[in-house]
Amino acid sequence: MFFLIFKRFILGLVTLFIVSLITFIGVEILPGDACTSYLEREAFGEALAACIKRLGLDIPAHERYISWAYNVIQGDFGYSLSGQMQINEVLGPRIKNSLVLASAAIIIGIPLALILGIITALWRDKMPDIIISTVAIFSMTIPEFISATLLILIVAIWLEWLPGIVIVPTDVTFFELLPNIILPVIAIAMIMTAHMARMVRSSVIQVMASDYIQMAILKGVPYWKMVFKHVLPNALLPAINVVALTIAWLLGGVVVTEVVFNYPGLGRLVIESISNRDLPVVQALGIILASIYVSINFIADLLTLMLNPRLKTLQTRK
Amino acid sequence: MNTNIQEIKDLSIGFKSQKGKQISILRNITTNIRKGETVGIVGESGSGKSTLALAMMGYIKHGLFTTGGECLFKSQDLLSLNNKELEDIRGRKIAMIPQNAGQALTPNLKIGYQIEEALKLHTDFSKAKREQKISELLNQVRLPSPSIMALRYPHELSGGQQQRVAVAMALAGNPELLLLDEPTTGLDVTTQAHVLELLKDLAKDTGTSMVYVSHDLGAIAQVCDRVIVMYSGEIVLEGPVRKILKEPIHPYTYGLLKSIPKLSLSGLPDSMPGSQPQPGNIGSGCSFYDRCNFSSDECKFKVPELEYLSEIDTSVRCFNHSELISKTSEQKITNELKKEIIIDEILDLKDVSISYAKQGIIDQFLNKVTDTNPTVKDINININKGETIALVGESGSGKSTILKSIAGLLKTKDGYIKFNKEKLLSGDLKKRNSDDLRSIQLIFQNPDESLNPNHTVEQILSQPLKLYFGLTGNKLKSSIAELLKKVRLGAFYMSRYPRQLSGGEKQRIAVARAFAARPDIILCDEVTSALDVSVQAAVLDLLQKLKEELGTTYVFVSHDLAVVKAISDRVAVLYQGRLCEIGPSKDVYQFPSHPYTEVLIGAVLEPDPDIRPKLVAEDIVEEKPPEIGCSFQGRCPRILGDKCRNETPPWQFGDNGNAIRCHIDIEELKIQQS
Amino acid sequence: MENLKNIFNENPKSSLEKVLDIISTMASKPSGFIGLAILIFHIILAITSPWFAPYDYKAINPSLMLNAPSSEFWFGTDSLGRDVFTRTILGGRTALTITFFGSIIALLWGGLLGIFCGLVGGRIDDVVMRIVDAFLSIPWILAMLLIVSLLGTTTEVLIPALGFFYGKGIVRVARAATHDVIAKDFIVSAKARGHSNISIIWNEILPNVRDAILVEGAMRWSWMLLGFSSLSFLGFGVSPPTPDWGLMISNARGLMSFAWWAVIAPIVGLSSLIIGINLTADAFAKALGIDRSTKAPV
Repeated sequence: MFFLIFKRFILGLVTLFIVSLITFIGVEILPGDACTSYLEREAFGEALAACIKRLGLDIPAHERYISWAYNVIQGDFGYSLSGQMQINEVLGPRIKNSLVLASAAIIIGIPLALILGIITALWRDKMPDIIISTVAIFSMTIPEFISATLLILIVAIWLEWLPGIVIVPTDVTFFELLPNIILPVIAIAMIMTAHMARMVRSSVIQVMASDYIQMAILKGVPYWKMVFKHVLPNALLPAINVVALTIAWLLGGVVVTEVVFNYPGLGRLVIESISNRDLPVVQALGIILASIYVSINFIADLLTLMLNPRLKTLQTRK
Repeated sequence: MNTNIQEIKDLSIGFKSQKGKQISILRNITTNIRKGETVGIVGESGSGKSTLALAMMGYIKHGLFTTGGECLFKSQDLLSLNNKELEDIRGRKIAMIPQNAGQALTPNLKIGYQIEEALKLHTDFSKAKREQKISELLNQVRLPSPSIMALRYPHELSGGQQQRVAVAMALAGNPELLLLDEPTTGLDVTTQAHVLELLKDLAKDTGTSMVYVSHDLGAIAQVCDRVIVMYSGEIVLEGPVRKILKEPIHPYTYGLLKSIPKLSLSGLPDSMPGSQPQPGNIGSGCSFYDRCNFSSDECKFKVPELEYLSEIDTSVRCFNHSELISKTSEQKITNELKKEIIIDEILDLKDVSISYAKQGIIDQFLNKVTDTNPTVKDINININKGETIALVGESGSGKSTILKSIAGLLKTKDGYIKFNKEKLLSGDLKKRNSDDLRSIQLIFQNPDESLNPNHTVEQILSQPLKLYFGLTGNKLKSSIAELLKKVRLGAFYMSRYPRQLSGGEKQRIAVARAFAARPDIILCDEVTSALDVSVQAAVLDLLQKLKEELGTTYVFVSHDLAVVKAISDRVAVLYQGRLCEIGPSKDVYQFPSHPYTEVLIGAVLEPDPDIRPKLVAEDIVEEKPPEIGCSFQGRCPRILGDKCRNETPPWQFGDNGNAIRCHIDIEELKIQQS
Repeated sequence: MENLKNIFNENPKSSLEKVLDIISTMASKPSGFIGLAILIFHIILAITSPWFAPYDYKAINPSLMLNAPSSEFWFGTDSLGRDVFTRTILGGRTALTITFFGSIIALLWGGLLGIFCGLVGGRIDDVVMRIVDAFLSIPWILAMLLIVSLLGTTTEVLIPALGFFYGKGIVRVARAATHDVIAKDFIVSAKARGHSNISIIWNEILPNVRDAILVEGAMRWSWMLLGFSSLSFLGFGVSPPTPDWGLMISNARGLMSFAWWAVIAPIVGLSSLIIGINLTADAFAKALGIDRSTKAPV
């Protein structure tokens, strides 16, 4: 079992290494280097030379990759051209803000998805299922910028209950942030919940049709005891990985939501750095977002390994 | 006083088809289960027997509904109870032992927990008492070291052990009625015999009434007092086990019994034409009309009623049952195999060993041999032109592995396979030439897997014809029609997809595909084990007819000793990838034989309540063959000691042509076994 | 012989009949019917709208700024005085075209690479899947934005870029489907008969993985449309003044406190199209017997 965990861990690292190569090579092969892209029309003379020196563009690409990768491992992402400061300083508060947003959405989303998924599965094809499933299809298919815009239009503009656009400096405290994040959290959680609830539903339905559930019924196990002891542990296990993938995928969607709400997180930084053509920051973001993705998947793998008796004993026996 | 524990009155169950038509699965079932008796419900797949068993617990599967009748358990209609009331009856009054215990045990819960759950629900034992009871139950079903077993998860047990756990779980609530739904299907022959023995003892000790559902008349014969025979959703015959199995007075049961291969008879069993109609396709008359040899005009338009004949305590649903009474005494098989084998070797397996173990990169680099204990080892078999040689053994005996290596799908590790006396067959498929490939064809166990679901029959059969003979156009079409005719199917089958065919028809297509190549050798891998008994006989008959017509050689792999006896000229018995015995089939089935053959033959269940299986060895599951010594040492009832453990046994030859690989002197074996 | 001929004429269903069969199964359920109806409506609208659009979509008229819906301007006018109705009925054309061709590219390269990996297995498979995993772990939006910002927002850039990024998921599905099929006995049987690899892939494997890949492709289409609209919304999709729903929403968003019509019309257009494609893909999957709700949207 430890071997398996170790193997997954190494695979995660390999993935990250490939990501670093992709981001680095991607930026290399696209036309224009970091300096010409950033400076655009002013890319000549002293300014260009200073920039090239600053980023070390005068040394060969592979050497530059090695020193960049070495620094990244040390936790140093380099220098932001647009911010005129170390990237780490730019990233710090942004990561914190995004984390607040994402964790709030996850904390609301996962339990809600579990409950809705289980309800829809147990009342399959009955009223609760039809209503919830229909709402879920709508909320997962409509793009986040539309649902976010509608939320602002209805809640903030027509009803005037909450602030529609987050206008706060990047370094506010958590409690100052709280009222501002309610709408963005709802926008993100809506899509996430809908996706996960659908998966939980089909997983539960699959288990409910299995031989061992029929056996439990024939054994006289009361309904709810059967649901909690026999159905859910087996239904939720395979859902863990899929849930992880959904969460990771939604990182992309968070970018758009942050832009709609003008929220100072990583997502808006993505747009800002690309609009400013600040390639060192783009590279850093690529690595960071990929690490989040890899870590979420690794945690999901760990959970599955720990909870699945089949995998657990399989490894100790061999 | 009412002596019936369960009474089923006029029960009908059906479902709604996609087009909204109501289709019935059970039709007007009326029967009683008496206290303390064991009743067998027998029928082919699709006869509705499992649905009936589940209804006896008040359980109707999702999508099905009752269209009439009641299911009285102690005068209480189970079908009208609510869930709460049913929970009190299920497990406590009526318990179920499921077909596939491996899938019926919840995977995330330990064995001990699952049994304790039943105890908690249905007894008021204290915690300590419950733990004691768990050990008792596990002991009762003869599982070794109960305290360790209780801590295991279901997947850590073998199939036989899982089945025993399911039995223990059912016994936990001390039920008055036990329903068994094919409890031994899917188990190895010896394990099956042991589980049946256990069930029989339990019935005797506890006095519980049992309903035993099975397609296997052999198992039914061993445990049941009374038998109910079902055919396409109806009871067609019901009566005492001896009457039903020895003097069946319903044409279906009569035909079914004749179609079962038996150890006591040689030659192919009679086959029954056709197959059971699908639910919804039953005509206006008797549902067996199409396949019946005794039918009259009346049968076509009128459904016979179940008629009770008090003098023999039997109910029968047939207008012409009296005609059968005179017939049933004769039980002779006339289809003796033609046995004209010319000793002309076609295939020679010499010192073949096959290993599944993959070499590590480093060992590969150092050219080191890592696997000293390959899955299959020391196989020497000569196969003659036109004979049928059978490879027999339980799961893990390596019989299919050998087949694959002959087909070129697996490389041999050592030894060689020679074809037509001179040609060495390469272990690499790509290195075999087209003619060698054509000469050897395969038929698989499960036609659902071996026929491409997206191809029509025409496409399936045209593959070998195009590949080997380059046929096209009308020539191709007429060849296909000819092939279909050969396997007794009409040319209109060409445009059908496999899913539109019955199991027997699918296997016929697979047979046709193999013969399309005009092969010299056909490798048959458990070709009848996925089929119903009545269909199995027809497929065996077809294989035999084709062979007589075309002189093909068969290598026939099976776990079923009776089937093997019926079709093969010679038999090779395998255990853990090693040969135990080889010889003409009529001799292998006689003593003296290898102790493993003895165990296998002893465990065969004959559809006759007067022939009991002989259980001589434990049904332990071995995962790996022993490194040295005799392969059967772990389970041999006649083990001599260190000699068997350390030395590879020598070949000994019996008087009648069979060769045995055993340390015990063959004369000594003869004395011991007789 | 005579009746044999008759039998030969009884041909199996042609592929057109099969397609019609699938479509009628899809339309037999209300959700599938609604989905198909919306999708077909949008496709017809996209093809015919240039002929009946009442105004010029790029005609700027400062005197008509932000007019509320009226009989003259059914959906009102936007901040530049352009007719919202005209722009809305034209607004799906670019998105539909780009994502349709993008999906085909995704389907082709993802499907082929997936089948290839499933077939060869071993080390090559491991390496390719690692790389696919790595691409999956970079948020698509970051990569897309980077490419578009450096190479421009032309169709020639958008179609292959979208096709590439949405094909990664198809690789996985195609590979898994191939893996499932390859273990089946009918493949073993074809191998043992000595068919060439190409014949096995073409005759035995492709027909059996085709359904799974097509369903995945239909799914990708709706995800891609969502992604493309997000790009437009962020200003990295089509360039103005081309009418596009994502861009229209983005432009009108700031003024929605007093001109909500300018944002509602494109929202209805885009949402209905995405829901239409989604319901259709769902019904398609069900008609082919594949449950797509267990899949993650990656």
